[in-house]
Amino acid sequence: MFDEAGSGDQEKITPQNAGYRNPLDEIMKANREEDRLQEEKKKEITSKWMEGQGPEAEIVISSRVRLARNIRNIPFPPLASDEQRKKVYTLVEKNVQGKLGKKDKLKMIETSSLSPVFRQVLVEKHLISPLLAKEGYFSALLLREDEIISIMINEEDHFRIQCLLPGLQLERAWQEASRYDDFLESQIDYAFHEEKGYLTACPTNVGTGMRSSVMLHLPALVITNQIKRIFSAINQVGLAVRGLYGEGTEMIGNILQLSNQVTLGQSEEEIWQNLYGVTKQLINQEKKARELLQNEGREKLADRAGRAFGILKHAYMLDSQETMKLLSDARLGVDLGLLKRISLKALNELLVLTQPGCLQYLKGAELSPYERDLERAVQIQKYLI
Amino acid sequence: MKPARDAEKNINGPGKMLCERCGKKNATVHVTKIVNGNKSEYYLCEDCAREKGETGASWEGKFPLQQFFSGLMNFLPPDSSKAVVSKGYSGLQCPVCGLTYTQFCQVGRFGCAQCYEAFGQNLLPLLRRLHGNQKHRGKIPARVGSYVRLKREIEQLRQELNEKVAAEAFEEAAVLRDKIRQLENESAEGGEDHVR
Repeated sequence: MFDEAGSGDQEKITPQNAGYRNPLDEIMKANREEDRLQEEKKKEITSKWMEGQGPEAEIVISSRVRLARNIRNIPFPPLASDEQRKKVYTLVEKNVQGKLGKKDKLKMIETSSLSPVFRQVLVEKHLISPLLAKEGYFSALLLREDEIISIMINEEDHFRIQCLLPGLQLERAWQEASRYDDFLESQIDYAFHEEKGYLTACPTNVGTGMRSSVMLHLPALVITNQIKRIFSAINQVGLAVRGLYGEGTEMIGNILQLSNQVTLGQSEEEIWQNLYGVTKQLINQEKKARELLQNEGREKLADRAGRAFGILKHAYMLDSQETMKLLSDARLGVDLGLLKRISLKALNELLVLTQPGCLQYLKGAELSPYERDLERAVQIQKYLI
Repeated sequence: MKPARDAEKNINGPGKMLCERCGKKNATVHVTKIVNGNKSEYYLCEDCAREKGETGASWEGKFPLQQFFSGLMNFLPPDSSKAVVSKGYSGLQCPVCGLTYTQFCQVGRFGCAQCYEAFGQNLLPLLRRLHGNQKHRGKIPARVGSYVRLKREIEQLRQELNEKVAAEAFEEAAVLRDKIRQLENESAEGGEDHVR
């Protein structure tokens, strides 16, 4: 250990005691046992969709399709009694779980069995909604081992079937979600109306009950000031733009979420194909803007990425906004082959790992915003060693 | 009624202000609360907003859609000479879950599947405004499927038939007509069990 007083030995001059000591170094070597535990927890936080693979993965982080479904003759969850919520829960427990083949198997996790901080982790991983995280009574999550399929039970609707894939894979996401929908329907009588389609608690979901979305990283369009113009164009084609964590979140880290708004009167294919078409166009625009920036000076971009990497690796305190910006800068560098010391997978994982819930889960304690900024820097340093 | 308003707004760009709670970070969340008609507003940073539970969706008070809906529901389409919003309108109630139409307008959520029937025609302007459409054209559950699918097929064929007639392709039209008759017979036989 460090120079212990009274050890008697003559003090040697080493880099460690020569001068300034990095307090973070001491924090980081402090507890091996904690490290081991944290490695386990990190495995729980990382997910298949973060692997940085799939079509157009350098711009499209993930694709998602979710279907809202309800059981006939049971009030929707917001108005259902505890007894009725329990009925839904038991129905799933008896008729859904265990009837799926080995490959399709879903694990049923009751929300109330999870700690609040772990629920937050699941929200940050995009596996459950903030609403389900709050909803304790007889709500649950059905999760496939690879985490690509998740079904929320007793959220705003009785079922929210979700398929989350890396890269631009909307068709596959729709097919996979639909396959689970078929299975659920074989076991459960859905609330369905000939004219209005699948009936949902919120009129914005009625019809197909389908929300398809893509998570896009569009730094060059932001740098070249084109993003505002694109926003208004997107709204005109019936799509909604949101930040990384959905409704009410702003665009940080140059990441935005694009999703369909209309669910009634269009077929599922039309819905995802429309989103796909717009996404493709945005990808092209972004690529053009990236080319433009490179022509203006590759060195500038390399410098930007290198600086971001440097700060990520050496900062003592990082708030979430700065972190997202740095991750975005580094990501652009990686995409353009200008930064090779970090992978897309690492950037995706860090995106989630540095969120407040994950940091508190890793630390095993509640952290104030100030403490989180410290912990965020520690976790990023550990990750980048 | 109150106009549509967003309960949470993001403040971007110039004119940044500091969070009213911690006074340290930039306020990025604008919270407007209306409780029993009393309005209060504050500007928070992301962290404080999260701690106070002011972000994210919740059933009561915080959800921007709610206010949005109450605005939408009372919207009168300019071309409707007869007011869709009539007096008896707010007295509607779902016989199954007990949700009234007024409550629906306030929360923007249905209580159960039967609400869609109970509020009937009144929902059409809303659905049209939300979706630009009133009729489902997507997936059909296999269970109710055979009947609905048949009906949809007949509709499709009728449309084709009209096109053929318009184009004076009478032979093809005759084939379509026979096919429609056959399908109609099938739906008359098997259909009744499948109607909701």
